[in-house]
Amino acid sequence: MKLDSKIPQGSINEKWTQYKSSVPLVNPANKRHLNVIVVGTGLAGASAAATLAEMGYKVSAFCFQDSPRRAHSIAAQGGINAAKNYQNDGDSVYRLFYDTIKGGDYRAREANVHRLAEVSTNIIDQCVAQGVPFAREYGGTLSNRSFGGTQVQRTFYAAGQTGQQLLLGAYSALERQVGLGNVKMYARHEMIEVVTIDGKARGIIARNLISGQLERHFGHAVLLCTGGYGNVFYLSTNAMGSNVTAAWKAHKAGAYFGNPCFTQIHPTCIPVSGHYQSKLTLMSESLRNDGRIWVPKKQGDTRHPNDIPEEERDYYLERRYPAFGNLVPRDIASRAAKERCDAGYGVGPSKMAVYLDFKYNMINKYGRAEASKRGIANPDEATLLELGKEIIKGQYGNLFDMYKQITDENPYEVPMRIYPAVHYTMGGLWVDYELMTTVPGLYALGEANFSDHGANRLGASALMQGLADGYFVIPYTIGNYLSKEIHTKPIPTDHEAFDQAEKKAAERINMFLNINGKRSVESYHRELGKIMWDKCGMARNEKGLNEAISEIRALREDFYKNVRVPGTADEFNPELDKAGRVADFLELGELMCIDALNRNESCGGHFREEFQTEEGEALRDDEKYLAVFAWESKGENQWELHREELNYENIKIQQRSYK
Amino acid sequence: MGQSMRINLQVWRQRNEKAQGQFETYNVETNPDMSFLEMFDVLNEQLIEEGKEPVAFDHDCREGICGMCSMVINGRPHGPKQGITTCQLHMRSFQNGDTIVVEPWRANAFPVVKDLSVNRSAFDRIISAGGFVSVNTGNAVDANSVLISKEVADEAFEAATCIGCGACVSACKNASAMLFVGAKVSQLSMLPQGQPERETRVVAMVNQMDAEGFGACTNTGACAAECPKQIPLSVIANLNREFYKAKLNGK
Repeated sequence: MKLDSKIPQGSINEKWTQYKSSVPLVNPANKRHLNVIVVGTGLAGASAAATLAEMGYKVSAFCFQDSPRRAHSIAAQGGINAAKNYQNDGDSVYRLFYDTIKGGDYRAREANVHRLAEVSTNIIDQCVAQGVPFAREYGGTLSNRSFGGTQVQRTFYAAGQTGQQLLLGAYSALERQVGLGNVKMYARHEMIEVVTIDGKARGIIARNLISGQLERHFGHAVLLCTGGYGNVFYLSTNAMGSNVTAAWKAHKAGAYFGNPCFTQIHPTCIPVSGHYQSKLTLMSESLRNDGRIWVPKKQGDTRHPNDIPEEERDYYLERRYPAFGNLVPRDIASRAAKERCDAGYGVGPSKMAVYLDFKYNMINKYGRAEASKRGIANPDEATLLELGKEIIKGQYGNLFDMYKQITDENPYEVPMRIYPAVHYTMGGLWVDYELMTTVPGLYALGEANFSDHGANRLGASALMQGLADGYFVIPYTIGNYLSKEIHTKPIPTDHEAFDQAEKKAAERINMFLNINGKRSVESYHRELGKIMWDKCGMARNEKGLNEAISEIRALREDFYKNVRVPGTADEFNPELDKAGRVADFLELGELMCIDALNRNESCGGHFREEFQTEEGEALRDDEKYLAVFAWESKGENQWELHREELNYENIKIQQRSYK
Repeated sequence: MGQSMRINLQVWRQRNEKAQGQFETYNVETNPDMSFLEMFDVLNEQLIEEGKEPVAFDHDCREGICGMCSMVINGRPHGPKQGITTCQLHMRSFQNGDTIVVEPWRANAFPVVKDLSVNRSAFDRIISAGGFVSVNTGNAVDANSVLISKEVADEAFEAATCIGCGACVSACKNASAMLFVGAKVSQLSMLPQGQPERETRVVAMVNQMDAEGFGACTNTGACAAECPKQIPLSVIANLNREFYKAKLNGK
């Protein structure tokens, strides 16, 4: 099948406007007879479910958590971008578009990214109208801060809990529709099969996680808003339950998987402390506004950081990238940290960490400003430091508390120790301009799709994309499909396609329960994660990737022989849920390595050691790889590669430089 | 990494909502840097290898924001420390050789699903009854066209940080949900966007709260003391004020 991205004609500024004005509509009377299934209730899912229900569609929404409010969008800390230009610093839709394309290392689709930048401003308006308490200035206007990879202040935030506040806004809109009877909410339900009839997505099989019962649900269209697959690495900043299962089932039912190897390793996370570690905690990128990153100039320096004098510190980001300094994009900051640690300059017990130090800005930026505001003449350093601490506390208090809680160290007194960790996946289900996958009627929104971030996502852009897709894109684009479905009566769920899908799901569950081996699901997940991190992580090479592929195959084979899944199928059984998810990760991991192996270049978060400049920067090959890799499932562990060539008509492609 | 610790765990085990539960005792090897939930991971892996049934417990983000984790530890929701959730509690808060008793949230409105896992959908139904601003997508005006002073925005934010975990209900001797409801009512009644529905909202949410079987508030303050986000008791005063005002106006 040839990939058709369905990008509208016309100039980049007019594509979305023209599309919206000409897309077929569904009249209100017909909407009431059209069912839409939304899987996942994070920013993309909750906003889509609420908006589609407001428009009159009959919506069924599903989440595996005990409440839709718990989806992992809740954990996003730093902020959400929008081209409002409230700071009068030269921002515009074009600049946000440009920064996002460049930040993605020229591997995203222009038309989608431009649309994202266009609707970004509506998102902020909508959220404020819902009562989202964004940070404000004394005069009552909204406050902004800057984030990595940009030189304007366009990030809106609510302390270090922006994702929480935005999700609670979308959740309240969703619950309102639940109360009005327009959305039927199914919490503690996991989608485990997609049902297709005559090539179109027509429903799902969901498992009620409390009773274990398999349920059949019909929909004229199915929206997957199921987040990313960072947990394939076992240790990541994702929630423990975040998984690829829904997206993977869709992939196996015919949806192509786009750029699976494009994963984001976030530079500022709390380092691993022991083998029992279950997850990693992010320290928001916004901290890089006020924290300076450094390592000792001497290898293996074991002195306390406060005892290392200024001239013996290497502020390596400021040294290597003077124009952006500590605010370089995530992929660059992460690789630079790895480079220093691999070269023997790492700090802390594991030597796999660098310092993030706030002292300089506490004194010089905030301390001085505060002293002059309070009219303190000639303040000494201790006074400045105390004044600065108060301001830092106001801005990042919850993050500092979290750090202290986890590490037992006080970041107001001692620099934070940080190291990169898996955070986000730019890859995902391939979608066209309308967010439809290669299966008609099956859509993917938010992190679950591959669409807007190319090979590297800029900070504060995930929240923007999730809400853009749900509030402002899908409500229009779904009309193009559903307007042709108004004569389709709801298909009874005793249709043979539902029978078969349910049978398949039930057989798989019984298979897991009957293996009766010796090893826990968790132990396989941990082992897979280590293979992925070591060989398909921050740096990859041909040899390592080939090894990883055979190791994953061997691990998968062992899993189906020796895993032990306790309990039964007809009860609340978290181990059984986990078994299904890990089994899917064991397949996805292989595809990620194959994708990385086929992309013989470095770009964004995908760094192939064979392809780098003399200075160690990513070396793209635009001749060969200015394309999206979309993988078609061809049966068990067989894939066929399709390419979507990317056309850059508005942005000139260049070597990405932040120097 | 710190030295190893031996903990005697007494865990509530209950097969399902209807079943009779009981405490089971387990010995776990842990260390001070391990989180409380990681200790349960270690225990569960041990149980699985021994062919026994692991302990079911709710958890997801493990960074204190999703509100899913919910253990009563030695009689206190989220354990002995203030201002944190169970997932943020580390073993360094305990001593080698300690006995720790772990139970699920206790409240009629939160029936046990299994072991330490409970059903908190009552909270969703309260929000569904009125915890929102009725503004359909597309109706919003420019975000800066309504000014909100920093003080009000900050106070609304403080109330809005509630994670809906239910510790307040579990801590309360009456299993009252007043802190949870008060937080949402406070946030929206302070903001200009929440004004049109201010009175209908509070009445609808309180009615739903009562219908779900939560108890009455006797101003004991255990809820605010155990709240991992330190939502202040003043939100309950706000809730009462908003409710009586709405009632006086015949809502």
